[in-house]
Amino acid sequence: MNFENNPNKNLIEYCLRLADDRLILGQRLAELCGHAPMLEEDIAITNTSLDLIGQATSIYEYAAELMNDGKTADDLVFFRGERHFKNVLLSEQDNTDFAYITIRQFLFDSFDLLFQRELSKSSDERLSSIAAKSYKESLYHFRHTKLWVLRLGDGTEESNAKINDALEYLWMYSGELFEMDEVSKSLVISNTAPNLDLLKSEWLELVNIILTEANLPKQTLDTFMQTGGRNGRHTEYLGHILAEMQYIPRAYPNSQW
Amino acid sequence: MVIENLQIDKEYLDSLPREEKKVWDILENVKDPEIPTMSVIDMGILRDIIVNENSIEVIVTPTYSGCPAIQVINDDIRKELKKYYTCDIILTHRLSPAWTTDWMTEGAKGRLLESQISPPVGNSSDSLFNVINENPIIMCPHCKSKDTTMISFFGTTACKSLYHCNNCEMPFDYFKCH
Repeated sequence: MNFENNPNKNLIEYCLRLADDRLILGQRLAELCGHAPMLEEDIAITNTSLDLIGQATSIYEYAAELMNDGKTADDLVFFRGERHFKNVLLSEQDNTDFAYITIRQFLFDSFDLLFQRELSKSSDERLSSIAAKSYKESLYHFRHTKLWVLRLGDGTEESNAKINDALEYLWMYSGELFEMDEVSKSLVISNTAPNLDLLKSEWLELVNIILTEANLPKQTLDTFMQTGGRNGRHTEYLGHILAEMQYIPRAYPNSQW
Repeated sequence: MVIENLQIDKEYLDSLPREEKKVWDILENVKDPEIPTMSVIDMGILRDIIVNENSIEVIVTPTYSGCPAIQVINDDIRKELKKYYTCDIILTHRLSPAWTTDWMTEGAKGRLLESQISPPVGNSSDSLFNVINENPIIMCPHCKSKDTTMISFFGTTACKSLYHCNNCEMPFDYFKCH
């Protein structure tokens, strides 16, 4: 999928990043349908998944319009390979156990809450209207995962140990959420994208307040951080997600419902 | 043109030109597939109708980004209008302003209660800031007691939460203020 010569190439690339984050995390959560530890959690996880995939759909549709070469949102989802997906590595991490699921979601939701709030001020009318809608949803998601971090962190010795492990492991994937490169910087200049540097301290404070309340250690952003997702270099998990997600349309291309 | 945050109530519908009013009246028959007692007008999903010479444009604002009902709603609107019109039916999704429960009329909230779903409490702009920390007092649609507990913030559909009544012991859905 080549859009190098498109006058909107930066905006298209940016849209793909945003949509890929949400699609892949949404797909990860969808895997838990019927497998969550309790019925209420099953419903909550799949509701969140639906919201994220719905948000991704709106953004892919916009990207497809900008690409203007006949490709649809479905083409972007089902016919791109691993190296063309630009999601943050955090969103593809495994459903190792419920503590990992909770921390992965907590790091993403807390970021997304602030990010959507800022993106809803975008000079790009389409992105700002998608973000204004998503912002309302991100409040629900954040509220939900925050309660689980508190419950597990401040629960039993075992639940605290497990969520502490998950936090210790997944923290190195949080830095990527704030990465800026030439693509995003050019969009910051046109007020299309928020400047992520300005969100860092607010995010860290928000996260640390909750971690402290949950008897978990405070974190900093100056530790070792993983990177690569924005350039299409992924962990071993993404290929498996795509294999499952893309199997039917690739096995039966051009088939219609 | 519908202005922001306007409820589509009887007064508004009566003020419309005859041709447009007719389309609104027809679409009163299109129900929300997940809450069949509520029409798409009650839900505030139907935002505007533009009658042109050769087409009718229907403007719809989806509730939640991932609401799976939206495709069914589109199909139902088209099907219903095709019973009366031979011209093109154009369905347009409008995302901004984002859908809010503030667009539900009092009549619509009453119908929700009749379907044993507790209607949204308060105004979305107040409740959005409180969503992270506070829970409103929700009335049980069965016995009208206000002694209720939230079981799950996410309910049977994205727009609802699951509650339990401590008085009559019945579980029920609360339509979240959004």
